[in-house]
This record gives sequence, C-alpha cells and structure tokens, in this order.
Amino acid sequence: MRQFLTCVTVAAAMALLAVPVAMAQNGPLRITITEGVIEPIPYAVPSFVAESAAAQSYADQLSRVVAEDLTGTGLFREIPRDAHISNITSFQSPVQFPDWKAINAQALITGAVDVNGSGQLVVKFRVYDVFAGTELGDGMQFAGTADGVRRMAHKVADQVYARITGESGYFDSRVVFVSETGPKDQRAKRLAIMDYDGSNLQYLTDSRSIVLAPRFSPTGDRVLYTSYETGEPRVHVLNVGDVQSRILPTQPGMMSFAPRFAPDGRNVVYSVTQGANTDIFRMDIGSGATSQLTTAPSIETGPSYSPDGSRLVFESDRSGTQQLYVMSANGGEPQRISFGAGRYGTPVWSPRGDLIAFTKQNAGRFHIGVMRVDGSEERLLTASFLDEGPTWAANGRVLMFMRETQGAQGASSLYSVDISGRNLKRVPTPQGASDPSWGPLQ
Amino acid sequence: MKHISKALMLMAALAVSACTNPNRFPGDGSAGGYDATAGQGGIIPGSANDPRSSAYFQQNVGDRVLFAVDTSSLSPEAQATLDGQAQWLMANADYLAVIEGHADEQGTREYNLALGARRANSVMEYLIARGIPASRLKFVSYGKERPIEICSEEACYAKNRRAVTIISAGGLTS
Repeated sequence: MRQFLTCVTVAAAMALLAVPVAMAQNGPLRITITEGVIEPIPYAVPSFVAESAAAQSYADQLSRVVAEDLTGTGLFREIPRDAHISNITSFQSPVQFPDWKAINAQALITGAVDVNGSGQLVVKFRVYDVFAGTELGDGMQFAGTADGVRRMAHKVADQVYARITGESGYFDSRVVFVSETGPKDQRAKRLAIMDYDGSNLQYLTDSRSIVLAPRFSPTGDRVLYTSYETGEPRVHVLNVGDVQSRILPTQPGMMSFAPRFAPDGRNVVYSVTQGANTDIFRMDIGSGATSQLTTAPSIETGPSYSPDGSRLVFESDRSGTQQLYVMSANGGEPQRISFGAGRYGTPVWSPRGDLIAFTKQNAGRFHIGVMRVDGSEERLLTASFLDEGPTWAANGRVLMFMRETQGAQGASSLYSVDISGRNLKRVPTPQGASDPSWGPLQ
Repeated sequence: MKHISKALMLMAALAVSACTNPNRFPGDGSAGGYDATAGQGGIIPGSANDPRSSAYFQQNVGDRVLFAVDTSSLSPEAQATLDGQAQWLMANADYLAVIEGHADEQGTREYNLALGARRANSVMEYLIARGIPASRLKFVSYGKERPIEICSEEACYAKNRRAVTIISAGGLTS
C-alpha cells in the first residue's frame, strides 16, 4: 500500500513535471511502522508581487504561508530565496526558465496581490513546470477580506498541491479539539477551534464542565461533543457560527457519548450506557427520532460512517477485548475486521472510503494505524506511550491524533502523520491539546 | 424537569461539586478514627467519629473499591467493603449515593467511559442485591478523566481503577 501510494505520487509528479524524481525504496508489504523516504520535489516560491502600496504588507506573508503548507507535507522542498537567480517583479512578465532550472527548481509558483476598491485582497497565482518550460494549469484569482489572508494562501497551496499530486489538498481546513490546562488530576478542558496549522485559535466553551471528543459536521458548520454539564456525560451540538450549543434529546440521566455525524449532516450516531451495557444509537437531530443499532450486552462505541453513509465501523469488546467491526448503517450482524495482537479502538473511516484508521494498544504501547475496510493490510504509523484518536484530513492522505507523554507531568498535544507513516510532526497549540477532529476543505 | 426528580437533580449537582472538591479524599494524618479534639466521649457532628458523617463513611466504612485491568468484577476484598457500605446505607436510610466509576489511563477515552460505567454499575448492582433500594442509587462514569494518582506506573493505575461511593444526606426529604 505504501509503495502504491508513493508511486502514485511520484508518477503524478513525473507525468506533470516530466522530470526524473527519485523513486522510493521498495520493500515487502508488512505490518510495520514505516519510515520510508521519498525525495521531496524542489520548488521555488518568490515573494508575491505587491501590485499597489496597500498590498505591500500581504505579499511576503502570502508566499511564506504557501511555502509552509507545501513544505509541511514532506512532499515538497523549498529552494531558499537567497539561492534564486531571477527575481519576479511583475506577475505578467515571462518566466526566465533557465534561471530556475539552474537552481533545480522543478516547480515555480508566482503570485501577486492587490487591494481592490472595496478594500478586499485580490490574490493571483501561476504554477510552472520549470523543466518543461510550461505553465501547469491556468492562473487563478481569489478575492477575500484582509483578515482571511492566510486562508487565501492556503487556497493557493491547495491548488498547487492538487496540480502536482493529482489529489485534492487539505490546507484550507480547520480543526476542532480539546484545549487542556492543569495537572492530570485537575485537568481543565475547553473546546477550541483553529486552522489546520494552529493559527487563528478560538475557544468555543469555558472549562466549567469536562468536555470530550468534539466532531465536525460534514460541512464544518456544527460540532458534536460530550459534556458533563448536566452531571453525567451527554452529547451536545454546537453551532460554529454563533457558538451556541444545545443538548441532544437523549434520555435524561443516562450517559451518552462518542457522537459522530452521518454524511447527510442530519443523523448522528452515539453510544448510550444502560446499566453495564453500552450500545450504539442513531438520532435524526431534526426530529429527535432515535433507533438502537446494536443490542449486544457488551461495550459498543466509537461509531463512524462510511463516506456513502451505508455502513458503520465501530469498536466492541464482545469477543473479550476491544476490536473493530463493520455493519450496515441500519444495524444488523456486524463483521469483525481486526484480528492482530492487542486491542483496537476509535475507528474512523477515510473520506476516500478505502481505509479505516484506528488506535491500537499492544504490549504497553499505543499506535495509530490504518487497515483496509476488510481488515487486510494493517499498517502501524506511530508508536508511543499513548497515541489516540486519529482524524482524517479531507483528502484521506494525512491523519491527526493526540499524543500524551508519560508520567506525573504527562501532557497531551496534537500530531499529524501521513498514511505512509512519513512526516510525523507536532501541530502547534498554545496549551495542551487532545481529541482533534479535522474539518472539511472550506 | 419533566422526567427527572428533584432528588436526582440534587444528586447530579452533588456529583459535579464533589468531583471538583480537592478535599474530598482526606489524605493527611488528621483523618484517623481517633480525633484528640473530640474530647472524652464527645462526638463532633460531621467528623470522622460521627458514624453518620460522610467522613466516617469514607474512612471507617471505606468509600471505594478497586478493579483489575479492564475488568469490572468485584474481588472478595471489594465485596467486603461493599457489605460495609450496604450496612451503613441501611442504617442511614436518608442518604443517597452516587457511584463514580473510573479507569486508568491505559485505554482509549470513550471505551474507558463505558468501562468506568461498567465498574460503577457492578457496585450499584451489588448494593441493590444487599437490599439498598435502587431509587437511592445512581452512577456516573468519569473514564480516565479524573485520576487521583498521576504517575504512569501500576502503583498509580491500581488506585485509579476504582468505583467511589459518594453519599449525600437529606436527599429523600428535599
């Protein structure tokens, strides 16, 4: 699987750029933590051209954010500006390809920014295949308010990523998560939302009640989460626009948790505990109508829909330990899909439909891993004292999760990793952070 | 308000306030059964030698039972503690109890919520089997959210895998 993806990426890059790119190493497929290396594509992104004095302060920021996005994927390597031979001083002037070839820039991104009559930023960009001496796709233009300057840069980077890899991007997206402060035995938790790269953080709740595991709606307009506001954990739904939340009309006095939206944005699946038993339910949050989807006397939780809404993956300890199961979205007999050593939980279906990401606990370590929907080709991407709760980037190529460090001073933070196991990195947050949910491409 | 009694609302409120009260688990030397200030035969109401106090319940009866990894079954030791809790609750019929279930950090968050519920439910069922009316009992799980010991070793984990019975007076008369 890793090889396949690597080859797709490389092949796409070769086809489009028509230049040789180092091939990834070959090796047998196996359940292992992959640390494969692929040669990133060198590119140059000179400072965008300011087309008026008012646009001056945005020009450099735009190109910097584009570079952070692209280099941050691990698939691209920026050629530093002090190595550039040509300067781009006009968006319209012809590109001096030999100057970019000489520094081995395989891709060149040029851009310009202006402020229009109504005070909006107008951003234009072009992508060039340097070695073919041609433009890659057409130039594009975005307009937006000045406080959305980073978003406009993310949109440029999403386009560049899509043109070079043939996959949609994920940079113009947000993450909702739990911000954490205080020691382990008095931890205060608040819901927070930020851009995928940690910018523009805002808090959505205060820390009076414990809040857990927020999950975005398919369009990112609402967030489901679990709160102890009423004394026991109950599922709430929050409107991102006006930050108003309401409790879902699950049975009062009973624990409900582990919510997730269906792809239709109207149905919600979640767990309810009755006595020792925890089962999965579904609610139409428009009408409040509920149905029970599992009836086993064991713990069934962590449900996640397939992108077409026809199936659910969830975890159950009906076999004696936590394992992953797939069933029809209307319930019925589930099929177990996890059979490796250890315990499997928190399954999430890829937005591409091809993979299920999970948390695996084995021999005192935690892993984030992926497997095919039928349970085959399991691959572990990370290992640590405590890695938990993967969430997919919109393009199904990157996962974000929480990592908690060991011991009395242990704290949690967010990390992301490619589904190849490459490019593991911390997502910057000002305080502790857990339970990320990665929203759609905006 | 429609389906939930005032008493249950009160219990929920108590459960929340209890979990944020750092003095809930006495750990210093003054918490022993003997209290010098109690004087000769005097009982200070609410102190650990007032047999109707929650301090007495915590220290002399035992307010918590511990569990093995990923289980909710009650050890003989746990059963002995719960026998004492049942006796106490029988003798103090105006008290309500919320049983809080907890898990250690070695597990995923939502599974641990369900596991904590299973543990608290084990305790509740045991107390009911010993004659305590279900109407006086309620449980809630905190999963791995509220450890009392913070090291990442079995010595701490063993104390965190617990169900704690929190009593509150006057619930039936409110």
